[in-house]
Amino acid sequence: MELQTVLPILGGLLSVVGALFLLLAAIGIIRMPDVYNRMQTGTKATTLGSILFLLGIGIAQPSWLGKIVLLILFIVFTNPISSHVLARAAHFRGIPLAKGTVRDCLADDEAGEQGVCE
Amino acid sequence: MKRLLARFLIFTFLLIIWLLLTYPFSIQELTAGAVVSLLIALFSAGSIPIFAEMRTGPRAIIWGIAYLFVFFFELVKSNLDVAFRVLHRKIPIQPGIVKVRTTLTSRIGRLALANSITLTPGTITVETKGEYFYVHWIDVRARNIEETTQNIVKKFEKYLEVIFG
Repeated sequence: MELQTVLPILGGLLSVVGALFLLLAAIGIIRMPDVYNRMQTGTKATTLGSILFLLGIGIAQPSWLGKIVLLILFIVFTNPISSHVLARAAHFRGIPLAKGTVRDCLADDEAGEQGVCE
Repeated sequence: MKRLLARFLIFTFLLIIWLLLTYPFSIQELTAGAVVSLLIALFSAGSIPIFAEMRTGPRAIIWGIAYLFVFFFELVKSNLDVAFRVLHRKIPIQPGIVKVRTTLTSRIGRLALANSITLTPGTITVETKGEYFYVHWIDVRARNIEETTQNIVKKFEKYLEVIFG
């Protein structure tokens, strides 16, 4: 088969898989019990989702590949910082963890308790 | 020598970003980009000390490339894991904030480790205090700090140790 016909199909498949991960992230936001667990799915299932989606576009349209790689790098370097800051802000604002949470070492350490964390 | 290396790193870094942005590029754009990158590298190296902390030996570069693959594998694995938990009827999660200890000493190494932990689904770095990281973990299955460190940190740390120290 010609490369010209294979590449768009391959790129399309990658994009669909990426879109599936984004869908899972959306479902996770609805189903998870508290803000921290929502962040686990909502901000991070999107990493692989966006990477695959963008890569799919880049493969289907090779002349855009340089910009796509830059976009992926941008996501990889900024995404963890925003999710870290969101989680940190939520914790210091005092938003409680969901029922069924096993432990909270950060709150224990701030209260000066010697718990199971050591 | 250290400053010269830092300048060279900044120059290469900026030029690569410019080349990716203008790909497919012409010789005119290449020259303009090289001149601007050179100027920025000459005038700003002193104010970006974090670049000077990076190691640039061949061993660090090879391990860095290996780390990309290891990290991508971990990313896919934990993505599938979280996807399974999301779709499961009972939502089998055991969330909690745990404490881990890192043996990395350089600032950029710790930055890379904290960001790697946050990028893998299932774990978010909530706060860092010196060598301790507080990590929100979606499935707490370890009892003490050694076990959590073994579970979350070690797989990244052995590579980052070589790359950043």
